[in-house]
Amino acid sequence: MSAPPTIEDVERRLRERKYIGDRALATSIFLALKLQKPLFIEGEAGVGKTEAAKVMAEVLGARLIRLQCYEGIDLAHAVYEWNYPRQLLHIRLMGEGEDRRAAEREIFSSEFLLRRPLLDAIDNDDATPPVLLIDEIDRSDEEFEAFLLELLSDFQISIPEIGTIKARQVPFVVITSNRTREVHDALKRRCLYHWIDYPDLDKEVEIVRARAPEAADGLAREVAALVQGLRGMDLYKVPGVAETLDWARSLAALGATRIDPNLVSATMGAALKYQEDLERVREQVPALVEKAQRA
Amino acid sequence: MHEGSRVDLLPRLGAFARLLHDAGLEAGPRRLTDATRALGCIDLKQELDFRNALRSVFVSRKEDIPTFEAAFDIFWAPPDPRSAAGVLPGRSRALPLSPERAKAWANALGLNASQMNREQDATEFPASSSGYSAEELLRHKDFEDMTWTETEQVRRLLEQAPWRVAEKRTRRLRPSRTGRIDLRRSARHAIRSSGELMTLFRRKPRVRRRPLVLICDVSGSMERYSRLLMIFAHAIARREDLEAFVFSTRLTRITRLLRQRDLDRALDSVSKRVHDFSGGTRIGDALADFNRHWARRVLGHGAVVVIISDGWDRGDPSHLVAELIHLHRSAHRLIWLNPLLGSEGYEPLTRGMAAALPHCDDFLAAHNVAALEDLGRLLASLDSRKSR
Repeated sequence: MSAPPTIEDVERRLRERKYIGDRALATSIFLALKLQKPLFIEGEAGVGKTEAAKVMAEVLGARLIRLQCYEGIDLAHAVYEWNYPRQLLHIRLMGEGEDRRAAEREIFSSEFLLRRPLLDAIDNDDATPPVLLIDEIDRSDEEFEAFLLELLSDFQISIPEIGTIKARQVPFVVITSNRTREVHDALKRRCLYHWIDYPDLDKEVEIVRARAPEAADGLAREVAALVQGLRGMDLYKVPGVAETLDWARSLAALGATRIDPNLVSATMGAALKYQEDLERVREQVPALVEKAQRA
Repeated sequence: MHEGSRVDLLPRLGAFARLLHDAGLEAGPRRLTDATRALGCIDLKQELDFRNALRSVFVSRKEDIPTFEAAFDIFWAPPDPRSAAGVLPGRSRALPLSPERAKAWANALGLNASQMNREQDATEFPASSSGYSAEELLRHKDFEDMTWTETEQVRRLLEQAPWRVAEKRTRRLRPSRTGRIDLRRSARHAIRSSGELMTLFRRKPRVRRRPLVLICDVSGSMERYSRLLMIFAHAIARREDLEAFVFSTRLTRITRLLRQRDLDRALDSVSKRVHDFSGGTRIGDALADFNRHWARRVLGHGAVVVIISDGWDRGDPSHLVAELIHLHRSAHRLIWLNPLLGSEGYEPLTRGMAAALPHCDDFLAAHNVAALEDLGRLLASLDSRKSR
């Protein structure tokens, strides 16, 4: 499928795939595609950053290549690695008299190369440029950021034994961050930026209806309202949209069509992940439920 | 608002980028080029898209969004000059501009200066004049009794002090003679010798200094120490991975402000940004704010947290304790510095301090250079493992 020609198209196609975003996100995606720039998405945990990239891959009919970052991630895990056991075997199985130079050329060919996500995103024959999702970049370290900076400016990778591999088509790059630390400005400068906020009540209801259709309409609205109420409270970890969906699904699985204080108390672990938060909310469950049912 | 052709738009876009730059956003040529290209892709009659497009180009941090919105409103939808500041209700138009720049922009855009930025009366740091003492005396002199000249000397002492925070092992590996076998290098080497593993290369985790987080009380009761503690923070910020916050009634992050090389400019921007220097103290609230909004961002990688406060708290001690317990759990080490601890016969009897004490790993003085040097030694000697 071709790139969406207008912002409206992006919005509509996201919606068709049950991703309820707003106009600003659609604009950022549209521009990132048009300008062929990476899109840097920040937001609290569980607001749908990763999901946006996944859905974009579907929208574009492209392959999703995902690189999950972690502390200490290095080139061997992100870009490429030689398949050493195979190389060693190959060289030992060779006859004595064979040309060593030719042999070295042979074992350092693409046949012995283990391709990791970043190399795959640069060097491929996909009909449509792939979507490269660099997830939770804030978990990686500065060394890796510096490497990405280089990659994202020229879209090429040098492998000493093979040479420079340049992207024949620029992948659509989406970088996400939970802001557990500040990502370097130089990297952000190469990207378009979008901050995903928590949705308002109507939008959150819409999201629950789209993604957790098993929840009855009344239940969807009440759970969304309940979570909106929790977000206004003084909590260590405010529930995201992912938690709203988990909660709605849990309640639907229990056969609930409305919420009540007992059900909420029994299932609120779906939304609250800190003991202190659970304690704090527990006392106020009846009031919260009442408020949610009026919303 | 942005009527006219795309050609007419370019000079205005350049001016808008300058306004953003003056307000502290990064708006260099690269972004300006991107903005031009972006506007070429959208329908300029759609105001919302126009705003969204410029935001995604010029903003790279959530914190910058309000500044961008204010600048956008002022520049592309200027308020009626006859009306008072803030035409759109509920939206702050305040831009962090220096008074001169605010005036220049107000002129250029035909506005009252009051519509450009909120004048902030920057609180001056306390200072007196004249006096001299030898370095050693200076080291042990209470900050409270110091003169301006002495303050300057202390500043030099602190800047020379070798601040080093203890190291921690990271998950990134580096070549080494001991440690785990590095299959990649060993195999690579073996290929040269026809597949014979002649040498085993090894690697082990790299060590890196722990990040340091400073949370500094600048409320009224700490006024006499504020300037020196800011100098101290600036001295560390220049060579360490430091995150710095100040609080009195609310918490403000000053990390970026302290990174300016020039001390006076750094302190100047801190006092401009922090609105409640010398206000009342709500330590519990400040820590609650920190725990909710910053802890996850700055306490990664085994950070050491240093709180500097005299413990005079107007809030509820149980609130302070709850937040301190949470903070203690997420920090590698929690150190409380109290300037009053240096005074003779001081006992931590303020309600806040007494409640806080059991939840800190260390409780040290912070009233003179020698005390800060003690802190330096403690930081350098921290264990690589959590002590609990």
